[in-house]
Amino acid sequence: MSPFRSFVIKETRHILRDVRTLTVLLMLPIVMVLLFGFAIRTDVEDVRLIIVDPSSDVRSAELVRDFNATPAFRVEKVLPSSSGAEDLLRQGKADAVLILPIDFARSFERGTAQAMVLTDGINANFAQAVSNQAEAVIGRWQAGHSGQRPLIATAPRMRFNPTLASENLFVPGLLAFVLTLVSALMTAISIAREKETGTLELLLVSPLRPLQIVVGKVTPYLLLAFTNAITTLVVAWLAFRVPIEGSLVLLLASSLLYVLVALAIGVFISTKSADQRAAMMATLLALLLPTLALSGFVFPISSMPAPLQVVTKVVPATWFIRIVRGIMLKGIGVELLWKELLILTGMAAFLITVSTRSFSDRLDG
Amino acid sequence: MTRDTQHITSDTVPVDESAGPDAVVSARELTRTFGDFTAVDRISFDVGKGEVFGFLGANGAGKTTAIRMLTGLLSPSSGSAIVAGHDVATSPNLIKQQIGYMSQRFALYDDLTVKENVRFYGGVYGLRGSELKDRRHAMLRKLGFEHLEGERVGGLPLGWKQKLAFSVALLHQPSVVFLDEPTGGVDPVTRRQFWELIYEAAGQGTTVFVTTHYMDEAEYCDRVSIMVDGIIKALDTPGRLKTDFGVDSMNDVFLQLARGGKRS
Amino acid sequence: MKTVGEHAAPASVRIDGLGKSYAGTPALTDIHLQVDPGELFGLIGPDGAGKSTLLRMLVTVLLPDTGTASIDGLDVVKDYRAVRRILGYMPGRFSLYPDLTVRENLEFFASVFGTTVAEQYDFVAPIYSQIEPFESRRAADLSGGMKQKLALSCALIHQPRVLILDEPTTGVDAVSRTEFWDMLDRLKADGITTLVATPYMDEAARCDRIALIQDGRLLGQPDTPAAVAAALGHPLIRVSAAGSRPALLSVLRGVPSVLRAEVFGSWIHVTGKDHASDAASDRLREEVAASLTTAGWSEALVESVAPTVEDVFMARMGGPGSGQAA
Repeated sequence: MSPFRSFVIKETRHILRDVRTLTVLLMLPIVMVLLFGFAIRTDVEDVRLIIVDPSSDVRSAELVRDFNATPAFRVEKVLPSSSGAEDLLRQGKADAVLILPIDFARSFERGTAQAMVLTDGINANFAQAVSNQAEAVIGRWQAGHSGQRPLIATAPRMRFNPTLASENLFVPGLLAFVLTLVSALMTAISIAREKETGTLELLLVSPLRPLQIVVGKVTPYLLLAFTNAITTLVVAWLAFRVPIEGSLVLLLASSLLYVLVALAIGVFISTKSADQRAAMMATLLALLLPTLALSGFVFPISSMPAPLQVVTKVVPATWFIRIVRGIMLKGIGVELLWKELLILTGMAAFLITVSTRSFSDRLDG
Repeated sequence: MTRDTQHITSDTVPVDESAGPDAVVSARELTRTFGDFTAVDRISFDVGKGEVFGFLGANGAGKTTAIRMLTGLLSPSSGSAIVAGHDVATSPNLIKQQIGYMSQRFALYDDLTVKENVRFYGGVYGLRGSELKDRRHAMLRKLGFEHLEGERVGGLPLGWKQKLAFSVALLHQPSVVFLDEPTGGVDPVTRRQFWELIYEAAGQGTTVFVTTHYMDEAEYCDRVSIMVDGIIKALDTPGRLKTDFGVDSMNDVFLQLARGGKRS
Repeated sequence: MKTVGEHAAPASVRIDGLGKSYAGTPALTDIHLQVDPGELFGLIGPDGAGKSTLLRMLVTVLLPDTGTASIDGLDVVKDYRAVRRILGYMPGRFSLYPDLTVRENLEFFASVFGTTVAEQYDFVAPIYSQIEPFESRRAADLSGGMKQKLALSCALIHQPRVLILDEPTTGVDAVSRTEFWDMLDRLKADGITTLVATPYMDEAARCDRIALIQDGRLLGQPDTPAAVAAALGHPLIRVSAAGSRPALLSVLRGVPSVLRAEVFGSWIHVTGKDHASDAASDRLREEVAASLTTAGWSEALVESVAPTVEDVFMARMGGPGSGQAA
C-alpha cells in the first residue's frame, strides 16, 4: 500500500475514533443552520402593527382592512397621527408602524402616494422581512386598483442599524464559517498534535516527503469539509427553503476552492505552532474571527469604516461569500463572478505554495 | 537457601510489630477493581513513623493504583487503609492535609519562580505570612538555593527541580510523604543528594513512602514491598530479602519475583 | 532472524566535532565519537546532558551548528534522505499513535517505508511475537514494557542498518529493562549497529563500548565499559556497617585522604585522593577502618572493590561528594 494511502487511512481512523469531536463536526452545520434560521425569523407572523392613518378616507380604510385580514400582521391600533407611534415602538409595545400619507385617496389617484414602514432595526433581517410583507400586502391591494403606479413603501427606517444591507442572508456566511472550522482549525490541530505527541519526529525520519505528509494529513479533512458543505445546503433547504438559484456544480466547485484555501492556512498555522493550543488560538484569531466579523457574514461591509473595508479584502471568506451569494440568491455564474473566483484561486495557489514550503522536514525548520 | 515465591496474603504477612499501633500508613486487604480487572488484590502492610518504605513493582503491577488509594484520590473497592490517622474511604480530604506528594511528572510549575511555587503550595496547605516566609527561607538555605528564589523553575536542571519539589512537599510538615519515582533520569550525584534529603526527613520523623525503578535505591529503604500482578509478593528489609532469595542485590530479588508477572 | 538485507557490511557512525546551541546556550559541545559496524554502543548520561540533541542530529531532524556526522559514509546533512532510509529510530517518549492499535501502528510505519508487516514479519518476530496477542489493543492501553516492544518493532520494520534509541528503558521496570537489552543483544547478532542513549549507569555494562556525557560534553574517552570503569584513577573501597547511614557518611567524608563517599546500594563507595595503585588502596582501607573504629563502628566491613561506570561518572562530573548543595 502506498504511503499516501496508508496515511489517509490512518488519519481517517484518528478522526473516526475521536467520536466526540466527530459528532460535533458533523452536527455543527445542522445546528447552526437551525439556530440562525429560527433566530432570524424570516417567517413573519403575528407582527404587532400600528397603523397611522391621518387621512382616514375610503382608500386608507380599505388598506387598514386588508392589513387586518392578513395573518402576518395584527393591527394593534390605528392612530390619527404619528406622534406617540415611535414611542410605542421604542417601548416594545409594537413591532412595526405603517404610516399612511395625508390625503391618501387624492395622492393615490395622482400616483404620488408614499407609505412608510417603521421597524426596530436591531434585528435587521426581521425588519427587512416585515418590510417585504408590508409591501406584499400593499401590492396586493394595489392590484385591485389596476393601472396605478406602485406605492413606494420606503425601506424600513432602522433604529439602530441604519445601513442595513440586504446581503444578510445567512447561509453563505454560515457555509464559509463551517468550512473554515473543519478545514483550517481541525487540520492545524491535527498536525500540531503530531508535534506534541512526538510522532511527527518519526514521520520526518521516514522517507516521506513533506508534501506527502501534508497532503496525506489534509485529505480526510477535505472530504469532511465537503460533507459539511452539502449538509449545510441540504438542511438550509429542508428547514427554510433557502434556494440555490444558480449552478450547484459551480457552488460545490467554489466550496472546494475555498476549502483548499482554508486547508493551506491551517497547515501554515500548524507549522508555526508548537502545540495544539497555540494552533487553535492562532486559527481562531487569524481566520475564524475575521470570517465571522470581517467577511460580510454577520456585519455588512458597507457599514464598516474604510480601513476595515480594506482589511476585508484580504479575508478569503469575503470573496467566497460573494460568490456563494451570487450563485444562490442571484443565480449568476462564472461570467459575472470571474473576478471573485480568480482572486480565490490566486489565494489558494499562493497559500498552498507558502504552506508546503514552510512545512520543513526537520524539527527546527 | 531460596524461598519459593509465595502468594503472601494478610494471613502470612506478619503485621509488623515494630510499626506498632501507631503505624502511619496501614492497609488491610486493600483492593481495587475496574470492571472485572483487579488492579490491586487484597494488599496489607503497616509503615511506621520515620520509616523509609520502598514500594516496588513492575509497570502495570498496581503500584500507581495503590498509591492513589492511599493518597485519597481513588476509593477502594474493598478492604481498608488508614493514612495519618484517617480512613481513606471516609475521609480522603483530611488525609490530603496530612500528606505530601511528589512525582517525577507532577512537581512544580515550570513557568513560576521558586518563590511563587512555594507561596502557591504553601498557601494550598494553609501556610501563610511570616510562617511561610520563614519556612521558605529555611528550606532554601538548607538546599543552598537562596540565590534561585526569583528563577523560573523551568530553567533549572532536573536534579535541582526534584530536590526543590521534595522540599516543597515537606513544607507543611506532613506525617507521611509519597514519592513517585522521584529520581528518574537524574544524574547519579544528585540522586544521592536527594536520598540524603530523604534520610534527613525520615530522621525527623516523616514517613517516606517511595516508588522507584532504580534497584540500588531499593537498598536504601528500611523495608521494601514488591507488587506483582496486584498482590504483594514480598515484604521485608532488603537484607532479609536478599538472604531469603539467596542473591546479592535487590535487582536480583526483583528479577526473580517480577519475572513471572503477566501484566508487563 | 534473517540477516540484514542485501547490503554487505553493517553501517558505522562517525561524529566529528558536533555542536549545537539553543538561543545562545550550548546544548552540545565538540562531540567526537565513532560507532563501529555491528557495535552496540551506549551513550550514558542523565537528563539534560544533551543525548537527545545528539541523537536528533544523527537522525537528521536537527541541524548541527558545528561539526559533521555521517552514517555509513553518508553525511547527515547533505545526504539526509539517504540516511533516513537506513535508519531505525526510537524517540525519547512513547511516540506512537495512542488511538491506533498495535497492529495498525506497525502497519502504518511499515507502509511509510514502502513495505508491509507480512513481508517483514520474520525479521521483527522475536520482538513482535511478544506483543502479538495484544495486536488489537490500542497503543494507549499498553503497559510500559509493551509500549517499548511496539516502538522497537516499528523502528525495525524496514530492516534498518543502524538503530538509534533514545532512552528506550526510561520509566520502565527492571524486568522489562533486562528483557529489552536481551532483545538488543539479539539484534546485534543480526549485524545491526545500535546506538543507545540511557541514564541508567548499570546498562553501560551491556554495551560493547560506551561514552559518558554530561552538560553537553563527553566525559573522558569512549571505550569499553571495563576500560572506562578501570580508568577511575583513584583507589576505591567499599564499606558496609549497621547503623545510621547519614552518620556513617559523615564520618567517612571526614577522613583526610577520602575524596568522596557515596552510597551504592547497601554499600558505601569511598574514593581516595591518591592516584590509583594497589598500595594506595591498601592505605585507604587501613585509614578508613581505623577512623571507623575510632568513631565506634568496629564491626564495619571495609574491602576493595572494582570501580563501576557509575563511580567513574560521578568522579568525572565533578560536583561535591560531601553532601553540600549544588
